[in-house]
Amino acid sequence: MRRFVLAGLAASLMLGPIALDAAKAAPAPAELLNVSYDPTRELYRSIDDAFAAQWKAKTGQQVTIRQSHGGSGAQARSVIEGAPADVVTLALGYDIDSIADKAKLLPTNWQKRLPHNSTPYFSTIVFLVRKGNPKGIHDWGDLIKPGVQVITPNPKTSGGARWNYLAAWGYAKKTYGTDDKVRDYMVKLFRNVPVLDSGARGATTTFVQRGQGDVLLAWENEAFLAVNELGKGKFDIVVPSVSIKAEPPVALVDANVDRKGTRKVAEAYLQYLYTRPAQEIIAKNYYRPIDPVVAAKTAARFPRLQLFTIDRNFGGWARAQAAHFADGGSFDQVFAAAKR
Amino acid sequence: MRAATTEPRAVRALLILIAIGWLALVILLPLFAVFVQAFEKGTGAFVDAILQPDALASIRLTLLTAAIVVPFNCVFGIAAAWAVAKHDFRGRNLLVSLIDLPFSVSPVVAGLMFVLLFGANGWFGPWLMAHGIRIMFAVPAIVIATAFVTFPYVARELIPLMIAQGRAEEEAALTLGANGFQTFWHVTLPNIRWGLLYGVLLTNARAMGEFGAVSVVSGHIRGLTNTMPLHVEVLYNEYNFVGAFAVASLLACLALVTLGAKTLLEWRHRDALAATGH
Repeated sequence: MRRFVLAGLAASLMLGPIALDAAKAAPAPAELLNVSYDPTRELYRSIDDAFAAQWKAKTGQQVTIRQSHGGSGAQARSVIEGAPADVVTLALGYDIDSIADKAKLLPTNWQKRLPHNSTPYFSTIVFLVRKGNPKGIHDWGDLIKPGVQVITPNPKTSGGARWNYLAAWGYAKKTYGTDDKVRDYMVKLFRNVPVLDSGARGATTTFVQRGQGDVLLAWENEAFLAVNELGKGKFDIVVPSVSIKAEPPVALVDANVDRKGTRKVAEAYLQYLYTRPAQEIIAKNYYRPIDPVVAAKTAARFPRLQLFTIDRNFGGWARAQAAHFADGGSFDQVFAAAKR
Repeated sequence: MRAATTEPRAVRALLILIAIGWLALVILLPLFAVFVQAFEKGTGAFVDAILQPDALASIRLTLLTAAIVVPFNCVFGIAAAWAVAKHDFRGRNLLVSLIDLPFSVSPVVAGLMFVLLFGANGWFGPWLMAHGIRIMFAVPAIVIATAFVTFPYVARELIPLMIAQGRAEEEAALTLGANGFQTFWHVTLPNIRWGLLYGVLLTNARAMGEFGAVSVVSGHIRGLTNTMPLHVEVLYNEYNFVGAFAVASLLACLALVTLGAKTLLEWRHRDALAATGH
């Protein structure tokens, strides 16, 4: 027995250098971790495969991209606590801001580093209703009718829910004008919300699988997924008169890529999102592309509606977060009043 | 000889019926539903779902975690039970209470405790980071969290058993000139082996099934830090119901195998069991 072990040792000593030479010829395989928010699972599964193939063809290096998904706020929290993300692709800029502020893992001007405010795709908030729209829901005003149940996740943990909340707020502001009346609308809206799931995907499951509620406030991409992939013929999408331009940005996590030595491939991965093949995958997954050519080609997929933006109408994420979602902010007040 | 119970036959039948009915309703029916859902699209789809690289990785991680945690908690459990049952010392009751602590702490809180210790902003996090040691959002944290949650099972099984058996046999062995280890190996261990086995099986089942604490410390990285229960949730959230329930039913099968092994051992050694009062 011992002789075999010795023979094996000798063999590996002789073969070792040869194996090392082989490894030198092809670059060592790389591994990236993309920490993302809830509804991007299907999108990044396609993007990751396409990027890995493109990168392998270009550099000969094998790259594996690992994915982690969850509520955007919770995902940012785990990166702050040390999850080794090379890139973050979260639901809103504020969550990446907090990684920059609290953990200093990337510079605070991160959003200036990539085109279009580091937002390679955008989306909006639409309504998903049951087939035939039995409750006659056509616009934001219909959501506060008595007897309508609205499903939306918790804005404290979910990025999508924060977009939902601000979209409703923006509509009310445009329609009613004064802050008092806006607050009144929001209280009535949250009286109609029976459950608050922690993430967008959980809210979709509540509406689609468990059959709760009359209308789901959802990312457009999530609504399309539900209509086309999950329950063909069971749901309709209702596009409201106005909504918000929901911009989920992406960023390199500098401290992590420098520690792991993955900066080059991680940067290439983010830049790849802006290329035409990636933009086509993005449109195919019902996210709105920013590339004008792909946008023109796929325009028929996406309904046209008036979109207001976080920067123009809410003064950017930092202010919106402080005014609406910080402790004691407008959401806390609205929610407390609605439960009374 | 008179029967131990004097209730009429109808009462006994009713009691048995209630027990079996309740068991069927809350345990067998849901378990059955999991298997039905898993095989909804046929055996091929079931096998495909299990053979997905991410699913295989989650199975490997779950087995690895159990393989580390079970022996560790087994050794600790024996040591703790030995100390508590066969020795008198100050703070004995405190030790017993501490062993029970993981039972009363919610698994989510348990997970957060380790975030506070090992997270990037935790007590030891910065030092660990600086030395390139990765605990959070990696396998070590999963193992530690699982070890914490399954800490009490072996000790809890053994302590009452060892107290009931008393110290007479060990004292006799010592009087006859055996050393401490010989006493443990030839006297104590044979006496407790059934309780120990039961504790190990419970630890194993819980280690494989733990969700809450592991969920907090795992980081949910597909193919890397998702254990089987976490992977079930991921698949369910991706509307991949066949996949979710295929992995869930495999997890259930692992538990059933454990249970089967225990029953088989008990049946084969029933004479020995009867002798030790089990």
